[in-house]
Amino acid sequence: MSLTRRGLIAASVGTTMMPALPRLSRAQAANTIRIGVLNDQSGAYRDISGPYGVECTRQAVAEFGNKGFNIEVITADHQNKPDVGVNIARQWYDQGVDMILDVPTSSVGLAVNNVAREKNKAYINTGSATSDLTGAQCSPNTVHWMYDTYMLAKSTGGAMVKAGGDSWFFITADYAFGHALERDTTTFVRAAGGRVAGSVKYPFPATSDFSSFLVQAQASRAKVIGLANAGADTINSIKQAAEFGVTRRGVKLAALLMFLPDVHALGLQTAQGLVLTESFYWDLNDRTRAVSERLRPRLKDVRPNMASIANYSATLHYLKAIADMGVAASKTSGVEVINRMKAIPCDDDAFGAGRIREDGRKLCPSYLFEVKSPAESKGAWDYYKLLQTTPAEEAFRPMNEGGCSLVRS
Amino acid sequence: MDEIFGIPAPLLFGQLLLGLINGAFYAMLSLGLAVIFGLLNIVNMAHGAQFMMGAFAAWMLLAWGGIGYWWALLLSPLIVGTIGVILEKLFISKLYKLDHLYGLLLTFGLALIIEGVFRNEFGSSGLPYRIPAELSGAWDFGFMFMPVYRGWVVVAALVLCLTTWLLIEKTRLGAYLRAATENAALVQAFGVNVPRMVTLTYGAGVALAAIGGVLAAPIYSVNPQMGSNLIIVVFAVVVIGGMGSILGSILTGFTLGIVEGLTKVFWPEASATVIFVIMAIVLLARPAGLFGRK
Repeated sequence: MSLTRRGLIAASVGTTMMPALPRLSRAQAANTIRIGVLNDQSGAYRDISGPYGVECTRQAVAEFGNKGFNIEVITADHQNKPDVGVNIARQWYDQGVDMILDVPTSSVGLAVNNVAREKNKAYINTGSATSDLTGAQCSPNTVHWMYDTYMLAKSTGGAMVKAGGDSWFFITADYAFGHALERDTTTFVRAAGGRVAGSVKYPFPATSDFSSFLVQAQASRAKVIGLANAGADTINSIKQAAEFGVTRRGVKLAALLMFLPDVHALGLQTAQGLVLTESFYWDLNDRTRAVSERLRPRLKDVRPNMASIANYSATLHYLKAIADMGVAASKTSGVEVINRMKAIPCDDDAFGAGRIREDGRKLCPSYLFEVKSPAESKGAWDYYKLLQTTPAEEAFRPMNEGGCSLVRS
Repeated sequence: MDEIFGIPAPLLFGQLLLGLINGAFYAMLSLGLAVIFGLLNIVNMAHGAQFMMGAFAAWMLLAWGGIGYWWALLLSPLIVGTIGVILEKLFISKLYKLDHLYGLLLTFGLALIIEGVFRNEFGSSGLPYRIPAELSGAWDFGFMFMPVYRGWVVVAALVLCLTTWLLIEKTRLGAYLRAATENAALVQAFGVNVPRMVTLTYGAGVALAAIGGVLAAPIYSVNPQMGSNLIIVVFAVVVIGGMGSILGSILTGFTLGIVEGLTKVFWPEASATVIFVIMAIVLLARPAGLFGRK
C-alpha cells in the first residue's frame, strides 16, 4: 500500500466532501436526467480529462438542446482511489444519478463497474484503459468508449514490431491498468515472432524516479522499452530516458498510452519522434476541427484529447437513447438504456460513425501518430502527424476472444 | 562477467550510483526538515509544497523572466524562503507554545492550499524545464550512461549538507541556535533576538527545500504533486535518522536512497515500501532514531 498525504485524508475527507445534490421536487426529479462525471480532478490524470472532461460533457448537453426533459451534470473527484470512487458512485446512484461517466484509472473503473451492475444503472466508461471492462468483467450496464489496452497494444505495439522492434522490456505501473497493457502488448509482440526480455512493475503512484528501471531495461539489450504507464509517470519516464541517453543507442521507446496533454507537458523538443495511438486528434479532419472549435470557449487555450472529448461523444449518444426510449422508461432499468444505446448507430463529430457491440465496446478507428519535431510544428497544439489508421471494426479485440459472458457464441 | 546475486556487478554498481542520487534528494529535504524540527519544534508538513514551489519558481523565472538555471539556483530559494518567513510570521509563530500536533496540522493545511492553487493555475501534467547546457550530456561508463546533471546533483547536495552541518555545529551563529533550542528565555536574556533567529531559521529550512526543487526541476516533471510523493518518504528518513538530528538525516538520506535503489533491482514492487519497513524496525529497536539523543 502506498502512503501519501492525499491518501491519509482520503478516507476521512472523501465521504464528507461529496458534492451535495440539489434537491428537486418529485415531479422535477422524474423528468430530469442526471449525469455524474466521476474523474480525477486533482491528481496525475487531471489534465487528461478532469475539468476538461466535465466541460466536454456540458458541451454535449448544450448541443443536444431541449427535448422535453431536463439534464443535470454533476461532478466529483475520485482521487484515483477505488474506495473513494465506489463510495461516491454508490451515493450518486442511490440519490438518483442515472448515468456515471468518465472514471479514469482502471482500478477505480472496474470497481464502479460492479456498483452500476448491482444498482442496475447506466455506466459509460471513457477514462479507464483496461480491456477487461469488455472482457472477463463485462457488464450489461456498461459501455466502454474510444480506447482500451488491446487497441493501444495492437496499434502502437503492432507497428513497433513491424518496424523491427522484436525484443521488448516493459516498465509497468503496478496496478490493473499497467498489467492489462503489458499483457495485451505481450500478446502482439509474441504473435509477431518477437520476445519479451524482461519487465519491472513499479509502485504506483509513489514513483517519480525511473532511472533505475531504464538502466535495467538498457542492460537487458531489448530493442524496445515499452512504457505501460500513463500521465505524469510516462512524462517522467520519457524525460529521464532522454537524460540517460537510452534512445541514442538505437533503443526505441514505446509510449503505449499517451495523450495530447502529455506531449504538451513534455514539449516537442523531448517528445519529437515518439509514436503513439489515440482515437481522436483535434486537427484530424473537418469534423474534429469543427467540434474542437466549438469547445474553445469552454476549454480556453487547451485542446481536447481522446479522453476528454469521449465524454462529449458518449453523452450525446446516451441522450439520444434517452430521447428515443423516454425518460420514464430509462429510469426503470440501466440495462435497457444500454441496450437502446447498442441498438442505435453512433455518429458525432469527434469519432465519426460507429456502433456499440454486444460486449459494451464502442467501436471507433484508432490512429497511429508520430509527434512532430519543433521545426515541423506550425503553432500551438500542432503536435501530431498521422502514420496509419486502423478501421473501427479491426481496431479492437474480436468479441469472441474477450471472454465476455454477454456474447452469445 | 562477475555476478552478485545473479545481477552483473557493473549493473549493480550503476544502481548503487542511482540510489545515491535519489539519496541526495532525500538528504537535502530531510536536512531542511531536521533543521526546522530541531530548532522550532515544528513538523513542517509544507516542506514538500515548498520543494515544489522551488521548482516552479525556477520555471517561472525562465519562462516569464528569461532567467536561467544558475540564477534560479540563487533566486528561487530567496523567493521561496521569503515566502516561508512570511508564513512563519503570520501563522507558525503563533503555535510555538502549543503541542506539535497543531504545527503539523497547520503546515499540512498550508501544503494542501499551496498545491491546490498551483494545480488550478498550472494543471497536473507538469511543465518542461530543460537541463542547463553546461550540465547536459553524459559520461559513458561502458556499463551505463551517467548523465552529467545527476553527478552535479550529488555534488551540490553534498556541499549543501556539509555547509549546513558546519554552520550549525561549528559556528557562533549555530551555537546561538542550539542554545535557543535548549533554553530560549536564557538566550534572549543575553541579548539575542530569539524570535527573529527562529523566523530566519524557518526561512533557511524552506530555502533548502527550494534549492532541492530547483535541482529536481530538470529531472522530474515540474508539477504540483512533485513534492507530495516525496514528503512522506522524507519524513520516514527523518524519523529513522532521529528527529532533529542534522547529521542523522544526512547520513540516513543517502543510505536509504541506496537501499531503495537496490530494492528497485531485486524487488521493484516493494521499492516504495522498503523505507517504511526499515522505519518500523528502527522505531521498535531504537525509538529515538539511529542518531537521535534521549
